[in-house]
Amino acid sequence: MMTWLVVGTETIFFLALIMGFIYFAYYPGFDPKSVGLLEPVQTGAFTALLLASSLTYWRVEVNFKQGKQKPLRIWLIITLALGATFLAGQLMEYKHLFDQQLVISQGTFATGFFTLTGFHGLHVLIGLICLLVVLCLAFLGDFENSDSSLIQAVGIYWHFVDVVWIIVFALVYILPQFINLHGHVSTP
Amino acid sequence: MITDIEVPEPLSPLPGTNIDTDQGLLQWISSVDHKQLGIMYLLMALFYLLVGGAMALLMRIQLMVPENHFLGAIAYNQLFTMHGTTMIFFVLTPAILGFSVYLTPLMIGANEMAFPRLNAFGLWISFFGGIVLYFSYLAGGAPDTGWFNYAPLNQAQFSKTPGVDYYCIGLLLTGIGTVATAANLIVTVITLRAEGMKYKYLPVFVWMVFINSFLILAAFPSLNAALVMLLIDRQLDGHFFNVNTGGSALLWQHLFWLFGHPEVYIVILPPFGILSEVIQVYSRKPIFGYPFVVGSGIAISLLAFGVWIHHMFATGMGNTVNSFFAASSMLIGIPTGVKIFNWLGTMYGGSIRFTTSMLFATAFLVEFTIGGLSGVSFAIVPIDWQLTDTYYVVAHLHYVFLGGSLFGLFAGLFYWFPKMTGRMIDERLGKWFFWLFVLGFNLTFFVQHILGAIGMPRRVHTYPDLPGFEPLNMISSIGALLMGLSMMPFLYLMYTAFKGGKRAPDNPWDGYTLEWLATSPPQLKSFSNIPPIMSFRPLHDLNHPEIGDHKTTEDDKYGTKDDDVVSGRD
Repeated sequence: MMTWLVVGTETIFFLALIMGFIYFAYYPGFDPKSVGLLEPVQTGAFTALLLASSLTYWRVEVNFKQGKQKPLRIWLIITLALGATFLAGQLMEYKHLFDQQLVISQGTFATGFFTLTGFHGLHVLIGLICLLVVLCLAFLGDFENSDSSLIQAVGIYWHFVDVVWIIVFALVYILPQFINLHGHVSTP
Repeated sequence: MITDIEVPEPLSPLPGTNIDTDQGLLQWISSVDHKQLGIMYLLMALFYLLVGGAMALLMRIQLMVPENHFLGAIAYNQLFTMHGTTMIFFVLTPAILGFSVYLTPLMIGANEMAFPRLNAFGLWISFFGGIVLYFSYLAGGAPDTGWFNYAPLNQAQFSKTPGVDYYCIGLLLTGIGTVATAANLIVTVITLRAEGMKYKYLPVFVWMVFINSFLILAAFPSLNAALVMLLIDRQLDGHFFNVNTGGSALLWQHLFWLFGHPEVYIVILPPFGILSEVIQVYSRKPIFGYPFVVGSGIAISLLAFGVWIHHMFATGMGNTVNSFFAASSMLIGIPTGVKIFNWLGTMYGGSIRFTTSMLFATAFLVEFTIGGLSGVSFAIVPIDWQLTDTYYVVAHLHYVFLGGSLFGLFAGLFYWFPKMTGRMIDERLGKWFFWLFVLGFNLTFFVQHILGAIGMPRRVHTYPDLPGFEPLNMISSIGALLMGLSMMPFLYLMYTAFKGGKRAPDNPWDGYTLEWLATSPPQLKSFSNIPPIMSFRPLHDLNHPEIGDHKTTEDDKYGTKDDDVVSGRD
């Protein structure tokens, strides 16, 4: 229940950030130069990995309910690896953007972009730490015949992070490709 | 009659509860006990109340006469910012959380909060948030932009001291602590209620805390997001609120008031709950219209999110927006009015005991109604355009924050003081404090309505010698000094009560709710068993079985039918 409350309040936090992004990026219009630097296909691939990690975590939950320890650990490791790959992908993308001189002080689009994706990345990192703890506990045998709600709680959080990313991905990477880019470049 | 119901306990002992109490201060610092944490929250609020109050006194001395040079502009700007921020985030919020974490488990018959260590985390991170905020004085200058810190004034080019950065970090820390405690309270109420404590039997105070916690969870994230954005603006040259480079100053106002408006209900709902408990016990009557008191609380919490633009009528949002939010703001008056009439209905025909606590509760009704009426006058857009940024606003907000929240908190403090400390207070001294404080409060703030109406702007460190300004400001300052003076009997009262007050019995006021069942002060483990709960006044049912609320008919209550006299409705 605590997790649901935390997720609820985090939702509003992200809503505020998303609102901020829309307010700037959509209302004055996108800066074509900045948007052009994003690579929706590459990020799309990493998005698929993150979504896959939600599926693998669902397998973790199923195996936990059935009390199968070994598949539980394997699916956990796969989930962790997928999440970590996504985060690594985001870091690579940031580096690519920095090389192209797109930094947070570049303009309203960049400010909104880095804040939104950065906070999502932070949440993925927190999720990974939680998964790591769950993994350690799994190898210590904490989930044998147990009624612990930990796996379910971490699951709610992990799926939440995924859902947020779907919205962020659609707003930041997909939608701008379909609208007329005529925004102003703000002076840093 | 007393059938014992076992109080469920955690399976493993909690850390801290089995520490020897002769550890002194260390016991307090390392405590995870909700009662100790509640008291520490209240002490923190008292500490910051004295600091914030001293700041207010300095400001009133500066404004005593026109063209005064006592403080100067820079110090004055820092003072009014710090005064507002301190009072909202480090006095009223910790005080309501203090009562909440102290009383909620006791009132629902639980021995602990759902997450005791999270509870301690919430307290300490809030406390250190305050320290961070005040550290700005040493780091080059406190924030000087007003407690709502409007953009673009909060941008690096207009506010060159690091004060605003400390404001952001300090409030972020406090915000995290407040959200954690609110979630903790919700889980506590849902999962740890004693057997038989249905939702319809929750004490009104617990209901208000419960509603309020949802309000906190929904309101604080907007503030946190806004603070994060502002930090990015200032530290990383972001463009959220920087109008010159495409940002929007209005976004700050939207995010801030989307938090800030619910916040004013966050600090008034628990005092509403306190008032409901105090008035019914001192009137010796069950609260009039229990479902309506609770329901109007829920209505207020829902409406709270639909009215934030009434803080922004003067920003040019257009007539449609203004009309919508004017109407929704006036709607808030309805559930609040319902509550006022419920309290009057509770007092009507009761045998009232005017203790210090009840005096504060009664004064609350008067002052809060004045504050509410001036609030409704703001909901009328043309009046708001005329009066915005004048002392009329200052008068209104102090009538609801002080005359509302703080009076409610004082009522609660004097009501639960015997429970928390095991000592009775000196009622005579308490009444001195009450009359001095109420007199000073009304002297200070009532004349500010007039000052605002004749055009004195707020947030100015001095003013020209216009007709009427000097005498009214002088009266206001004298009132403020009187309020400051009233803190002397208050502190003396607290000190003497702690040191040599009369021992308090477990239930000195013949209270209605379960906390009075525990010893005064409660042991580390508050209850071992509790009576059956068959109404929202379980202890009253236990102590007065002949007129218990759970009895359905008059015959039952007064024993006028032969059979079935005391068996109740088991």
